[in-house]
Amino acid sequence: MTSVPIVPFLIIFPMIIAFVMLIIPVNPTANRVRNAIAYLSCIAVMAAVGILTAVWIEGGAQPVSLYSDGMELADNAALLGKIILMAVVTFLSFKYRKYWICILSIAPNIAAVWLQKSGLITLDTPRIYIDHLAVLMCLIIGIIGSLIVIFAVGYMHGYHHYLHKRVADRRNYFFMILFIFLGAMFGLVLSDSLTWIQLFWETTSVCAFLLVGYTREPVAVRNSFRVLWMNLLGGCTLTTGIIVFAAATGVNSLSGLTAFAELKAGTPEEGLAVIPVALIAFAALTKSAQLPFSTWLLGAMVAPTPSSALIDSATMVKAGIYMLFRLAPAMHETATGNMVAFVGGFTFLAASFIAIAQSDGKKVLAMSTISNLGLMVACAGMGTPETIWAGIFLMIFHAVSKSLLFQDVGATENSLGSRDIENMHGLLYRLPFLAFCMFIGIAGMCMVPFGMLISKWAVLRSSIDENDIIMTFMVVFGSATTSFYWTKWLGKLIAQTNEPKVKDITKPNEKISISIHAVLMIALCVLMPLLTKVYVEPLLGELFGTTAQVIPTTVLYLLVFIIVFFFAVPIISYAFSKKMHANQKLSYMSGINTGSNDGFTDSFGNETKLQLSNYYFKNVLGIRKLMIPCQFITLAVLIVMMAMIIGGAF
Amino acid sequence: MSINTRIILAVCFIVLAPFVGGFLEGCDRKISARMQRRIGPPVLQPFYDVTKLFKKQYVVVNRSVHFLLVSYMSLMILTGAMLFAGTDLLMCFFVLSTAATFLYFAAAVTNSPYTTIGAQRELIQMMAYEPAVLLTAAGFYVAAGSFNTADIINSDYSLIIKMPGFFFAFVFIMTIKMRKAPFDISTSHHAHQELVKGITTEMSGKNLGIFNITEWYENIFLLGVVALFILNKNPWSILAAVIVILLVYFVEILIGNSSARMKWETMLKMTWIVTLFSAGVNLLVLMVIK
Amino acid sequence: MANVKRSPWLLHYDGSSCNGCDIEVLACMTPVYDAERLGVENTGDPMQADILLITGGINAQAEPVVKQIYDQMPRPKVVVAVGICACTGGVFKDAYNIKGGADTVVPVDIYVPGCAARPQSIIDGIIQARDLFQKRSDEHDAMVKAGKTYEDIKREREEEEAWKVAEAKAEEENREETPSNVRSN
Repeated sequence: MTSVPIVPFLIIFPMIIAFVMLIIPVNPTANRVRNAIAYLSCIAVMAAVGILTAVWIEGGAQPVSLYSDGMELADNAALLGKIILMAVVTFLSFKYRKYWICILSIAPNIAAVWLQKSGLITLDTPRIYIDHLAVLMCLIIGIIGSLIVIFAVGYMHGYHHYLHKRVADRRNYFFMILFIFLGAMFGLVLSDSLTWIQLFWETTSVCAFLLVGYTREPVAVRNSFRVLWMNLLGGCTLTTGIIVFAAATGVNSLSGLTAFAELKAGTPEEGLAVIPVALIAFAALTKSAQLPFSTWLLGAMVAPTPSSALIDSATMVKAGIYMLFRLAPAMHETATGNMVAFVGGFTFLAASFIAIAQSDGKKVLAMSTISNLGLMVACAGMGTPETIWAGIFLMIFHAVSKSLLFQDVGATENSLGSRDIENMHGLLYRLPFLAFCMFIGIAGMCMVPFGMLISKWAVLRSSIDENDIIMTFMVVFGSATTSFYWTKWLGKLIAQTNEPKVKDITKPNEKISISIHAVLMIALCVLMPLLTKVYVEPLLGELFGTTAQVIPTTVLYLLVFIIVFFFAVPIISYAFSKKMHANQKLSYMSGINTGSNDGFTDSFGNETKLQLSNYYFKNVLGIRKLMIPCQFITLAVLIVMMAMIIGGAF
Repeated sequence: MSINTRIILAVCFIVLAPFVGGFLEGCDRKISARMQRRIGPPVLQPFYDVTKLFKKQYVVVNRSVHFLLVSYMSLMILTGAMLFAGTDLLMCFFVLSTAATFLYFAAAVTNSPYTTIGAQRELIQMMAYEPAVLLTAAGFYVAAGSFNTADIINSDYSLIIKMPGFFFAFVFIMTIKMRKAPFDISTSHHAHQELVKGITTEMSGKNLGIFNITEWYENIFLLGVVALFILNKNPWSILAAVIVILLVYFVEILIGNSSARMKWETMLKMTWIVTLFSAGVNLLVLMVIK
Repeated sequence: MANVKRSPWLLHYDGSSCNGCDIEVLACMTPVYDAERLGVENTGDPMQADILLITGGINAQAEPVVKQIYDQMPRPKVVVAVGICACTGGVFKDAYNIKGGADTVVPVDIYVPGCAARPQSIIDGIIQARDLFQKRSDEHDAMVKAGKTYEDIKREREEEEAWKVAEAKAEEENREETPSNVRSN
């Protein structure tokens, strides 16, 4: 594969484009040029991911390690990158007088630089490792990430012209960060070298920080610093973990770490692997916005929608999940695994409760993202092939569905002027295209044949197999609350209304991105049984070294049957019901319907408009009520468990 | 179970369930009447009602209600057929909740005040009973070692011995699913409730007929799950299962006739507490002794 | 023809009744009279009802309500006026706000007199109503079989009426014309 320099291309090309984006100024003519370049480079990135996949499958779809020597230049570039990151964070934290935050960046980066120069680590280990999981992540980042950037081109235009006229138009800067971010994500999932992983990890954190603070409004600045310190805290533990492991064993690769951990399990040297695994897992929890660190993701919702989609749901938070999946075999049935599983399961439950009380569409998306990430984290924490199988599917479905929903809610907000779910009453008649895609996206998160079902099936089964009763409870109660908040949103969309249609100002490129996502969603659902056989089972084989069938064939056949049934029945019965002769009547309002189903005659004889609203239980389940206690519980568990793990290792 | 038996059982369910379900509802109304010292309608009354409903003029508030209800019925039939064909119990329950979602859509799409409140309450009901339903499946998995109903009924002894807590929790939530007081908050079989007819307010004629038939299917499905607690290798267990089913049905009627409707908060709290302390403790015990 | 009279579902509407008749209607459902033996169910919902029971006279405010509820009931449907007020307006007949009996607003099929109407007579009214319901249902079936709708029937009837009127007019004119012709001759 080295013959085609596709891996360096994926990492470096977005960085170059980022620079190009920055130097093109913001004015109508230049904007057009920048947009064209953005489109072309997105297509190039997608093509590159396609080529990577093709070349890799051509080579036998085996795990490949690349670039083990002659990498001094790249290593030095990595060092330079770390120093730049450090400088940016330090500068901004001084600018906004949050001095202590720069310590969180300086300390780990200095330590990482020292590690690389100290000669403690071997330098001839492969820097890049490509296997099923890495390729899957690349596909997610390449396809979803690029589509989001395409969406962003149209969205940012509407953002500055309709919604936020006061915000300074810094689109060149915005697109620069988006592209840096894409490159860093590719780097993160393709790297095997721990020092490189550390670099890309920090890069994504800083990019998230810069994107959230894009508007420079006080609330955005405040929230962006919360994003920064929480993610940098994770970065600190990640670096500590890497240094502990690399300094003790001299190995500088992630695959080396997991192999070492599995090899030494149960031996006196176990501690050398346990501590780094625990520290890296902790870092992954912060990145995946698990409780008690969930608040950064909520705060990040002030950012423009494309960055919310890119960072908060589709890609960056998946970096934490990716890391946990990598570590899953090493965490299976260890204290770290239990800690991660508990935090994930608890987050799944608590966030889904809080999501019930939200009526702001984007907040529901944020809470449900946290909740679903929780389930994935729990899958990784349990670390059996079955749960990883479930986790992988959750990750795929979640990435597509959430990216679709974020874009859709953003576009709806541009057209409708609101993203409150209560204002989306009858959206299917008012903004048909957006509402239809939104319906598909939500159905993908909660309805039967779309991945969620079978994933929950697998999680529930393995949590019983593991005799984990707390997990079982969290999954069953969490799944009940999850379907509650999604289903009531769906009900709002389809309710009939006489309100006038809204002018759909969605740009064609936004529509393209959204419809590709919707098609992808349905295709994934239909192809899921096939995907299991062809892709996910080999992936599990690579992670666990066994090629056991995780999902019984009968269940898969049943699933195919259900999928066909689910799509066929409503469509057929819809076609038939259209032909039936029906007498239209007014809806029942005790006989005082004013004649158009949207109002009634009140006791004074006046017409009163009918307003229907969903249940939210705000005074029981609101963020204010639940967030702090939940954070407290998880923080206590994390501190106690980390102390036990690290203390127990000595 | 051979594939032929599975298919025969599933077909039997699809064909016979409405008749058995309607007959049981007729008995229900007769017994309820006797409990109130009335004579009550004939046992075949539910069939008369449904025949009449299909004869009436087709009146709609929103045309989409029909296809959503048909999907609801089809998914419910699929759920039951899956159960009787001996497939995965947990999958059955997931399909069941999707079927219920379609009922919610059929109500939400009308945009009528009574139906919408009924639909919201139906959602709360779903949230209330889903943990118990899923835990029951989990309990069967621990007790019988498989989610497949074919394996569950093939055990050496009746599983109720191992899982009385689950049985209690399941019968408890059956009150919600069978729309019996005190948990008939989304709609009820009796008139003069505060929400008119709740979720079914805008359904008339054919649509209401479909809804009624689906309820019969659903009831038979639920009673089928009750039978899973009893059935084992011994053929006589079939008789025992029938007796237990009839007893459970009678208890539901008794509860329905002797209690008043609750607020949804109370329902949610009670159901979850019962789920936790009955099914949960049972699950804990099962996991410990496994 | 299906036997639909075994399942007559009621909708009880209280116009401006003194509640005497309402209590008697409810008494029909109690163990003593047990109208459910006839398959009667007291639905509260016009969409599901077959027989509309109206008690009390109709006042100006209730008029559109009764019309709307009647319209929401799917056909075939029967209206029963229970009690003398619903039949004619009763003692309230001359009150400023009362329009009169239920038949001033919707077509009433069965009249159950009494002040208050006794449960026995209400049940008798229901039995007559369900026979009528059966008859209408049979007509409905025949109509559906013929592939027609109520609108078609209505149109046919109107055409027939119009035809009859036209015929009568033509005849009249003929009759008028003949003597004039004679005269002109």
